[in-house]
Amino acid sequence: MMKFDKDRLILGAAGPVLALVSSFVLTVLVLLATGLDPIEPIRIMIENAGYSDIQVLIVNQTGIYYLAALAVAVGFRMNLFNIGVDGQYRLAAMVSALVGASVELPGPLHILLIVLVAMLTGAFWSGIAGILKTTRGVSEVVSTIMLNAIATSLVAWLILPKNFGVQPEGSNNLTTGEIAESGWFPGIDMGQGNGVVYGFTFVALALGVVYWFVLNRTRFGFDLRATGASESAAQASGVDAKRMILTSMLLSGALAGLSGMPTLLGESHTYSLDFPVGVGFTAITIALLGRNHPVGILFAALLFAFLDKASSSLDTFGYPKEITKIMQGIIVIAVVVSYELVRRYGLRRQQQKVGEELAAGGALKTDKEVSA
Amino acid sequence: MSPWHDNFAPPCPPAPTPSGQGECVINASSPPAVELHGITKRFPGVVANKDIAITVRKGTVHALIGENGAGKSTLMKILYGMQKPDEGTIAVDGEQVTFSSPGDAIARGIGMVHQHFMLADNLTVLENVVLGGEKLHGIGAKARKKILEISDQYGLGVRPDALVEDLGVADRQRVEILKVLYRGARILILDEPTAVLVPQEVDALFDNLRELKSEGLTVIFISHKLGEVLKVADDITVIRRGTTVGTADPRTATTKQLAELMVGSELPSPETRESTVTDVPMLQVRNLTLSEAGAVAAAPLTSAAPPDPARATTVLEESTEGRKLLDDVSLTIHKGEILGIAGVEGNGQTELIEALMGMATPDSGVITLDGRDISRVSVRKRREGGIGYIPEDRHRHGLLLEAPLWENRILGHVTEAPNSKRGVLDPKAARKDTERIVREYDVRTPGIDVTAASLSGGNQQKLIVGREMSHAPKFLIAAHPTRGVDVGAQAQIWDAIRDARREGLAVLLISADLDELIGLSDTLRVMYRGKLVADADPATITPEELGSAMTGAASGHLEGTEEQSEDGDAR
Repeated sequence: MMKFDKDRLILGAAGPVLALVSSFVLTVLVLLATGLDPIEPIRIMIENAGYSDIQVLIVNQTGIYYLAALAVAVGFRMNLFNIGVDGQYRLAAMVSALVGASVELPGPLHILLIVLVAMLTGAFWSGIAGILKTTRGVSEVVSTIMLNAIATSLVAWLILPKNFGVQPEGSNNLTTGEIAESGWFPGIDMGQGNGVVYGFTFVALALGVVYWFVLNRTRFGFDLRATGASESAAQASGVDAKRMILTSMLLSGALAGLSGMPTLLGESHTYSLDFPVGVGFTAITIALLGRNHPVGILFAALLFAFLDKASSSLDTFGYPKEITKIMQGIIVIAVVVSYELVRRYGLRRQQQKVGEELAAGGALKTDKEVSA
Repeated sequence: MSPWHDNFAPPCPPAPTPSGQGECVINASSPPAVELHGITKRFPGVVANKDIAITVRKGTVHALIGENGAGKSTLMKILYGMQKPDEGTIAVDGEQVTFSSPGDAIARGIGMVHQHFMLADNLTVLENVVLGGEKLHGIGAKARKKILEISDQYGLGVRPDALVEDLGVADRQRVEILKVLYRGARILILDEPTAVLVPQEVDALFDNLRELKSEGLTVIFISHKLGEVLKVADDITVIRRGTTVGTADPRTATTKQLAELMVGSELPSPETRESTVTDVPMLQVRNLTLSEAGAVAAAPLTSAAPPDPARATTVLEESTEGRKLLDDVSLTIHKGEILGIAGVEGNGQTELIEALMGMATPDSGVITLDGRDISRVSVRKRREGGIGYIPEDRHRHGLLLEAPLWENRILGHVTEAPNSKRGVLDPKAARKDTERIVREYDVRTPGIDVTAASLSGGNQQKLIVGREMSHAPKFLIAAHPTRGVDVGAQAQIWDAIRDARREGLAVLLISADLDELIGLSDTLRVMYRGKLVADADPATITPEELGSAMTGAASGHLEGTEEQSEDGDAR
């Protein structure tokens, strides 16, 4: 029994390792092809990661990626591809920032309100795709991509000064106004100018535990996973597929809405034109790399945060920091290929082993054999 | 005879011509059409082929018989180039060959008619035949001429301009055969060609095969129906557990001898001994009607008679007005009763199951389970209410193939004990119960953490049967419960159903295996085009009589005659 479990662990790790190694090798080849030293930039990045201030940045970015990747993973677990996490994240951050700036409540309530508004906005936006899919059969891939574009325009329109936007003195930037201090999520100051670890990062980690529990230990999670594994079997088992699609889209959107919270509550306290974008797209890769598993996603988020933050000084050494983008892109392809390879290999291997063990008489004792 | 025989006859022309009858002389010294020697194929988890030797004489019908899972299909896939043998040699017309794709096999004059037809429904027969073979005779008048030529030559009666979706199963099969002949096949492999046919259609097919044989073609015929094999074959090879265990002469062999060769032991019988039917109705269905959602008729319609244009037009009229998949179906199943439904596949059986399970919403009608109206109840509530379900396609509807066995044990019963408590799963209890099912239902597996996909079909099915029986169902839907299951598992599944019936279970049995239906059922109904058209007493009915009702030729109460019941299949 233990042998199968160990096998599964090794096979589980084989996919990501294969993907990372091959993407690393390919990146080195790209650097060689452009006539650059392939090892030096990587050495610089690792050295950068040794500085405390960069470490704080990496940890904060990890929390953001983690939440967004969980949002993507919820969809993936039931074969829904929510490409709209980015749009849901931006719209939710914007709307919750607006609401947060317009009210003043006692501390925890203020934060709770902002968080709730963010979740509801994200869920609302993804819910549109969910309803389109369940009622009209529109592919969520198409509708969420379109909703991303609509979200971009909607945010741009809402943030105009004639609507809800505020233009700070002597700045070209537009914001939604500053959230009062009661709506700031307390963080951990690392001192000596090293920066503050967002408090919401810990909420993100806690949500990873919740994600695991809901998916693996509840009826709802079982239904969700069953639907992802085989929609026809799930339907025959009594899962209402339409309701499941809508529910998981809403959950995914709510999590996407949360992924703006570390930045909003911990640092910017307003939504502005320079609020980070593209988080939702990177999160797709992270969820893939992390195999939709809460621990896997954590490591993948950490890796991507490292690539993002440790590469920022590469330019000053004469290396384009875009090489990390190349690496991230190659990881996407490598992940898809290597996971499929490992999956097929694992399935074949297990069938072989079962055949062997049965031939060797290793089957569990059956009643007949016991009585015989 | 060695494949390197010096004195072999020149191979026959690749495409037969109307006057070709005399051109290809079959004499004793001509090499065998196909000679397989020492074929071994190792396969993960399933029965492999092991040292198989078969010699197929030219111009004969050679039957290859064996139980489900004995390795017949694998062997034919090897011969057709879909799989490569690990060891052994293949010789065609005396020449040793190696195939790396079906293309190579086709070039050598080998054609295969698959069990599941590979036709495009929305194209005509002509279009289907030329599809992929455009280079042979073009796609126009020349191709049409060729098709009619072949059709006449072998008495296939194919109309090139009919739409395939309007054709019945038997006609579709003839199109498949024509497709293969059109590509110049001299050796035809037919994989379980009679599985989808009723007895009358089987006879028509056999006439076609004899026609092919008389023209010098060779037919390899895969089957596990012994009565049919004896009727049509010139030679018989028996395969058991992946290896050839013997050959038989159909002129002298009996079905019993063949069956024993095939199984290696005494045959199990689906016979139910004593009646346990009570007069307490468990499931009542009244006036259930379900219309097709779209206008396109996808389900095959059946015809035993040669196609006539008049029928095609009536079918078209029907399909435009939204064909009724279930037409006013009413039935009652009592506690302790097994009600069997006979019918050619695609006549509404699937829709009936889906309506009973709640997966399809009927237009009208009432379903009552144990006195409770469940017509508008969700699938999950119906399952909780005591409906067990052995689906016809276990891979699509019964299992999560890549999930471990214990998670598959939860599937369909996630809300019930021991799988969960108050919305939270109880993996420990579920695992323990899975171990019990594995033990009691003799599921052969090294453990409960392996994926369902790594079990053989029979063991997967036993797991499903065990799971469904574990929740003390009041009513069980058993759709083809022993399809693709080995003999040992088949007997165990029949036993499980019979045991539960004795304890008052009501069973709806749907099966393509007429012997299983007749042997297991207490009551028989025949379904044709969505209607229950006839009923019969399983004690007196014969498969032939049932077969004619399945084509719509007979209706009402079928009176069986004892004399005819002798010449059925062995099983």
